[in-house]
Amino acid sequence: MNRPPPLHPSPQGGGGARRTVRAFLGIAVACVLAACTAEQGPHASIILADDAAPKLSDYGFFATPNAGAAVSEGVRPYDLVNALFSDHAAKHRYVYVPKGQSAKYDPNNVFDFPVGSVLIKTFAFAPDMRDPALNERWIETRLLIHKQEGWVAYPYIWNAGQTEAIYAPVGGKQTIETITPDGQPITINYAIPNRNQCKECHQTGKELIPIGPKARNLNHVGPAGVNQIADWTERSILTGAPADLPTVPAAFGDGALEDRARAWLDINCAHCHKADGGASNSGLFLDWHETDPTGWGVHKRPTAAGRGSGDNMFVIEPGHPEQSILLYRMDSTEPGVVMPELGRTVIDPHSIELIREWIAAMPKQTQ
Amino acid sequence: MRAILAAVSVLALASACQPQAPAAPAAIAPGPTAYTDLQKRLIEAKPGDKIELAAGTFDFTDGLSLDVDNVSVTGAGQGQTILSFKGQTGAGEGLLVTSNGVTLSDFTMQDSKGDGIKSKGSDGITFKNLTVEWTGGPLATNGAYGVYPVESKNVMIDGVTVRGASDAGIYVGQSENIIVRNSRAEFNVAGIEIENSTHADVYDNVATKNAGGILVFDLPNLPVMGGHSTRVFRNQIVENDTQNFAPPGNIVANVPTGTGLMLMANKNVHVFENTFDKNKTAHVMVIAYSSEYDDPTYNPLPRDFVIRDNTYGEGGNDPQGRLAPLAPALGGSLPAIVWDGVTRYGEKGDKTEEVRIVVREKPEVGFINLGLGTTPPDLTKAKPSTERLPDAQIEEPAAVAMPGKEGA
Repeated sequence: MNRPPPLHPSPQGGGGARRTVRAFLGIAVACVLAACTAEQGPHASIILADDAAPKLSDYGFFATPNAGAAVSEGVRPYDLVNALFSDHAAKHRYVYVPKGQSAKYDPNNVFDFPVGSVLIKTFAFAPDMRDPALNERWIETRLLIHKQEGWVAYPYIWNAGQTEAIYAPVGGKQTIETITPDGQPITINYAIPNRNQCKECHQTGKELIPIGPKARNLNHVGPAGVNQIADWTERSILTGAPADLPTVPAAFGDGALEDRARAWLDINCAHCHKADGGASNSGLFLDWHETDPTGWGVHKRPTAAGRGSGDNMFVIEPGHPEQSILLYRMDSTEPGVVMPELGRTVIDPHSIELIREWIAAMPKQTQ
Repeated sequence: MRAILAAVSVLALASACQPQAPAAPAAIAPGPTAYTDLQKRLIEAKPGDKIELAAGTFDFTDGLSLDVDNVSVTGAGQGQTILSFKGQTGAGEGLLVTSNGVTLSDFTMQDSKGDGIKSKGSDGITFKNLTVEWTGGPLATNGAYGVYPVESKNVMIDGVTVRGASDAGIYVGQSENIIVRNSRAEFNVAGIEIENSTHADVYDNVATKNAGGILVFDLPNLPVMGGHSTRVFRNQIVENDTQNFAPPGNIVANVPTGTGLMLMANKNVHVFENTFDKNKTAHVMVIAYSSEYDDPTYNPLPRDFVIRDNTYGEGGNDPQGRLAPLAPALGGSLPAIVWDGVTRYGEKGDKTEEVRIVVREKPEVGFINLGLGTTPPDLTKAKPSTERLPDAQIEEPAAVAMPGKEGA
């Protein structure tokens, strides 16, 4: 049996061994109470129920009673080559595919996960994000569950004692005091999305669809220390992956500037800015596979930007980041201007620097 | 004992059989939990639900959203139920609808930071007896659109008032089968705009005190193009004299202050029985899309337009915007109907198709063909002519009707 590794340091920084003992004691007590009839691990009947479970622990994704500290068998941590910027939050992602089934590989789009699959994402902050593992606190856990009739999104908010997360269809707001990875003290009016807002980003046509688990986003060494596509294949989470896999450069890594900028736009914008996404009517398409420079904004006029244009004529004016609507909206936190519309309430200087550098490097065009 | 038991069971049966209608949930009232109460109701609604809002002012700091089909949201009346977004800190609009068969009625929305009410991808969306307004007057910092159905079909806008939108008050984009009627648009940049849409009836509305009263546009580089079949009739399009306050970059920033009706690109647009008065640039302007663009599938020409039986008061007496330089050569004013005379487009100016602009008005109604020939137009090459184009039989689109409902 694979013992899942503990994924989070305990808030008190206590020893792993002691917690393991506590966890075993907890399981033993639970067994006595339930006469050991309850199946351990993720519960299909709860995952596939008509409604959301009231508590995150009800699903059995994490070892009880200390929900969120260690995963059950079959729940696998993963991460992405590039992540959506979410107000500096740390994110812990897990995939669960029902035993005996696998997601089907797709070279471009999200893998085809079987019914009963769950993607789990916990958003967390530490007092100082330069050391995000130290005294980390979980804020919320979002579940994407593939039910019979399609994917649904359920938000859960963690309690103060960090012992349970409660279903919160309306989301919420929390004030987070932290220090950014650059060492700046910051107060974040952190927004936990409601169920509709989950769908606003996770929309493809009329359907709710996951965003992250695509081959190009997963194709690197993840938190388990192995290439994730190989790891998922070995564990039968995934089937059909070829030897030759697509890649996307790390946005803040060493690749070519244009590739890094396009990679950043792909994960931060393209969930809406794609032909069948929430921002389809803008005609601005920022996904990795877009081939038309007008499509990704070069000399493209705004459609419905209103004051989001910042008095600029084009989404991207080559050579002139200061005249480009794209950058103007990244450099704002004001509703009606800020992009993305959801999920960001503070400015990310690193993203701005990347996009500024990219637009500045484009050859100037005369009008 | 047995008798008592029998009586109890009869009582139990009687009470179980009592036909009790499930109590309708109470109207949501203003208060500290109103936002959560309402958004929860919107999320957990079942098709057929009617969500009621009590009278009073609701102060919301975040946007609302609805994604359940066949739900209605009803207030106690315009000016009675007021949703104020003055303190909004999140979301791109006041209310976003992404489901089908939704009716919104009888409330006022104020001061949303972005758009007012947006519906995206809705089949069947009714905006009835609503007011959407920005209370600080016409400001560039107001939201872009008041009522904003996009990529939607079967759109009914009836009895709606919009004030202060920094783009278009009532804006219907990339949509099909549309009615806009009995509505009032004032102090917006554009009063009512139908853009990249097909089969729209715009009638019995008042568009006044906007920079431009009513616009029918077709624009390039959008997922839905080729707008056609719009009828604009029996509207009051008067005194559109608010200085254009759109943030530059947006297409409506190019609308000259004092324009009554502006028709750009598009096909098969019929304009009749409207009243135009006191629009100082021009009552009716018919133009090709004149900005540079890169979209080989786009046709920038207005084609198959009929303008007939309208009433024209004074206007064109103080032209603003890019046509203003032409006015001195024309005696200082523009006639009621202005056509740019563009019939060719494309990089070499060699693409064309038959352009029919039918003006079936009394002889005294002024008309000018600026004779600009090709787009992008060069005003120094204008060859103005007051001769109307030949009359032609251009079939008028049938009245728009909503499926399963009363139509026009």
